[in-house]
Amino acid sequence: MIAVTMLEAIRQVLREEMAADERVVVLGEDVGPRGGVFQTTAGLFQEFGPNRVLDTPLAESGIVGAAIGMAVAGLRPVAEIQFADFIHPAINQIINEAAKLRYRSAGAWTCPMVVRVPYGAVHGGGLYHGQSVESLFCHVPGLTVYAPSTPNDAYHLLRHAMHGDDPVIFLEPKRLYASVRQALDASCPGTGAVVSRAGRDVTVVAYGFMLHAVLDAAEQLAAEGLSIEVLDPRRLRPFDAEPLFASVRKTGRLCIVHEDNATCGFGAEVAALVAEHALFELDAPIRRITGPEIPGVPFAPVLAQAAVPAVADIIRVLRDLCLY
Amino acid sequence: MSVAVTMPQLGEAVAEATIDHWLKKVGDSVRRFEPLLEVLTEKVNTEIPSPYSGVLTEIVTPEGTTVRVGETIARFEVTEVSETPREPKVEPAGLFPSETPVAVVPGPSQLTADLPALSPAVRRLAADYGIDPRALRGTGQGGRVTRHDVIRAANAHRHTGATSDAVDDREVVAPTALRRAIAERMVESIRTIPHAWMMVEADVTGLVRLRQGVKADFVRREGFDLTYFPFFVKAVIEGLRQQPTLNASWTEQGIVRWHRINLGVAVAADEGLLVPVLRAADGMSVAGIARAVHELASRARSGDLTPEDMREGTFTVNNTGALGSIVSMPIINPPQSGIITMETIAARPTVVGEGIAIRHLVNLSFSFDHRIADGLVAGRFMQVVRSVMTSYQPGDPVY
Repeated sequence: MIAVTMLEAIRQVLREEMAADERVVVLGEDVGPRGGVFQTTAGLFQEFGPNRVLDTPLAESGIVGAAIGMAVAGLRPVAEIQFADFIHPAINQIINEAAKLRYRSAGAWTCPMVVRVPYGAVHGGGLYHGQSVESLFCHVPGLTVYAPSTPNDAYHLLRHAMHGDDPVIFLEPKRLYASVRQALDASCPGTGAVVSRAGRDVTVVAYGFMLHAVLDAAEQLAAEGLSIEVLDPRRLRPFDAEPLFASVRKTGRLCIVHEDNATCGFGAEVAALVAEHALFELDAPIRRITGPEIPGVPFAPVLAQAAVPAVADIIRVLRDLCLY
Repeated sequence: MSVAVTMPQLGEAVAEATIDHWLKKVGDSVRRFEPLLEVLTEKVNTEIPSPYSGVLTEIVTPEGTTVRVGETIARFEVTEVSETPREPKVEPAGLFPSETPVAVVPGPSQLTADLPALSPAVRRLAADYGIDPRALRGTGQGGRVTRHDVIRAANAHRHTGATSDAVDDREVVAPTALRRAIAERMVESIRTIPHAWMMVEADVTGLVRLRQGVKADFVRREGFDLTYFPFFVKAVIEGLRQQPTLNASWTEQGIVRWHRINLGVAVAADEGLLVPVLRAADGMSVAGIARAVHELASRARSGDLTPEDMREGTFTVNNTGALGSIVSMPIINPPQSGIITMETIAARPTVVGEGIAIRHLVNLSFSFDHRIADGLVAGRFMQVVRSVMTSYQPGDPVY
């Protein structure tokens, strides 16, 4: 089987779904003849034509608003927000319309829409090309939030999202678009949390680029005899907590790592769940390793690098936890 | 204990550094903060102080070599680590502070370092096992009693409880708590559960070739052997997914159907059979199952399982083939609905099409609770398991 990048996996599932179901429509900035700024939609315009692959104006409220209209009218739109940093003008459409539609109509109406959102810091991204926005959407009932970290998960979770009847925020870690290759499984490996690496000393929850940083740290710590269990949540909302509790029952220690800042972030929710449901399994204080409390990822390369948890930071905290 | 010295972060943009000169040699006694070596980077030429007091036992990285930040460069033998080792602080030559601004949200560890507190897990386990945790010697930071210390103490307690009494040419051995628990559960099972038994034969020639092709790479990557067992576990999971009737327990209240598949994995340890539980196994790849099973089995054999590891299993898988068996009639682990074994894989002549070929065959033996299911459901389940086992081919993904 051929190993593919996350970018290729996403393009492949979009293409397969468009071929299989003519209700599937792709829309966003530059997704048409140019194939998207990251080339995730390359070739789709040429294959499926201008009625199914729509270049939109630079207006995210319009992109998501149009997608909601399409979904309500029976289509299956996949809207691309070029960078997560640009999604804020569409917050009203997402929270007030898409997330509430089923509830507001007592189940009579649904909104089968996927919003694809490349997120996370990259070199040279600066304030407006490097944000992590998961906590904004994880807070909203009515939304499902996926955060795949491997090509195989991106492929299967996106298909799963496109087959659902409710709105999905699909977070794509753009730093992993082309850096990891993996063969695709034939069937969907489930959508809940999975253990990416089994261990006995500490449970670490991480996703996106941070998952790979944590796996790297775990590998280095293994040389010191420390055994790190790494849990990939894959779906951030609704969060699949049972595998987390099972892991904490085993290790008694928990650390959460994300690029987003700590306050009211995803890690805070994970920590609270464990404190509520597994306090008497804990043998050490819960730790978080996150981006700093600054308004955006800086542009200067040295500062930008410092704004993302490094493998060395992760190793230091996990070693502390193991020895605690 | 032996500890590693790693290349510290010498300024935020610095990813690697070259060892210029070791100021100490192997065998030297070194005090903490004494200059240990000199390094060169694009930005910094500096001395690095020793992070430990102790004896330098190994220089991993020779002079003139460039290593990445965080890599091990030397090893020390220290008598005790009274404090968590920190990376030595050095003043960077550049403009930027070496202290990273990334938010490592401080845990309360700094606040309570002088006062070894009992964690919630330690309090609970100590109460469960009737152990006074303050009487234990803690192996955690600052002599803190860890969860592991309590489990160790509980196990030691249990083992010394077994006494033997020699009479003439026979001896009466008091069963260990584990032996007694196994005995009670097996008697309860055979007395209360109407066991029905079924066996199928599967042609696993494709699986044998698949494993042959990937096992060398797997052991290099993972550090342990890839057996046939995780492939079998994956097949059983698929069977249960398609026949969820069997992922159930018979209770006084009714038949409890479990939504999650938590597989008990039978592990033969010296003191007796243990069945730790592989939780939420339905999302895992073959490699993921292999790691999880390896981890459970290792802890089972080292006596490090906790009662939590054994709880909430819904079905049991057993690799009796590893012991050379070709047929078995396993006893169900109550309140589960079934137990399935994989027997020895053997090359045998068999009919393929109109000819006879040498193929790798295996027997899969299954006991199920006849109150919960009939032969029809059991047969369908076994067909799925057999079909997955038969369908593995060289080139299939293991990860």
